[in-house]
Amino acid sequence: MKLLLLAIIVAATAVGEVLAAMGMRRHGEIRDFRPGALRRAAGVLTRNRFVIGYVAAMAVSFFAFMRLLTVSNLSYAVPVTAVTYALETVMAKYVLKERVNWLRWAGAALVICGVALVSL
Amino acid sequence: MSSETARLRFKTWTCATVVVLSNVFGNLFLKRGMPADLPTPLAYVAALFRPWAALGVILLIAWMLSRMTLLSWADLSYVLPVTSIGYVLVALEGKLLLHEEISLKRWAGIVLIMAGVALVGGGTAVQTARRAEEPAR
Repeated sequence: MKLLLLAIIVAATAVGEVLAAMGMRRHGEIRDFRPGALRRAAGVLTRNRFVIGYVAAMAVSFFAFMRLLTVSNLSYAVPVTAVTYALETVMAKYVLKERVNWLRWAGAALVICGVALVSL
Repeated sequence: MSSETARLRFKTWTCATVVVLSNVFGNLFLKRGMPADLPTPLAYVAALFRPWAALGVILLIAWMLSRMTLLSWADLSYVLPVTSIGYVLVALEGKLLLHEEISLKRWAGIVLIMAGVALVGGGTAVQTARRAEEPAR
């Protein structure tokens, strides 16, 4: 049960964040930070299907996390973020086609180990 | 460093600061506003309307929106490690505000995260994968 919930959380978070990155890239760089322009951008984004997918995936992840907290404690649940970092960096390279050079791999590896150490 | 690269870097660090602080303080206020016991599902909803919890929720909404804004120009593989500095702040917050001891293992984790953030934040470009008409930096 715990492992199934962990798998759901990791998969939903990683897929959700990749969808968010896709949707925001498609939208393009936000340059105008005046309230009216931000409201317009928010209006456009609510019709962006990647962003809708992101919100849906995050809802799945959130409720699975709440469920996990009822069957285990927080110190078991939080280090899972380290696993999503690894999965998302791999997806950034192969799905989003980002150029992940050795500095980024090294940085991501350090952060993954660090997050695991801090939260375990 | 071209002016475009400098502009993007400044904008990225400003937005990343908002992302990290809204997350750290959002979670802190939410925790502070939560009652010790939540017996029914309705109690969860009611708890969100307590002042500290409501402030926490507002900050967490700001976190989600600022993170999406950051992703509108920055790579996911850049945003992930750079915003992980939040874990360091949470650990230091525990020490400074709650006077918790930080174990050797946690200090080691903090050092590793800072090193990772420095490598990616200082050593790599903010965006690498963009449309063909935009030059890669």
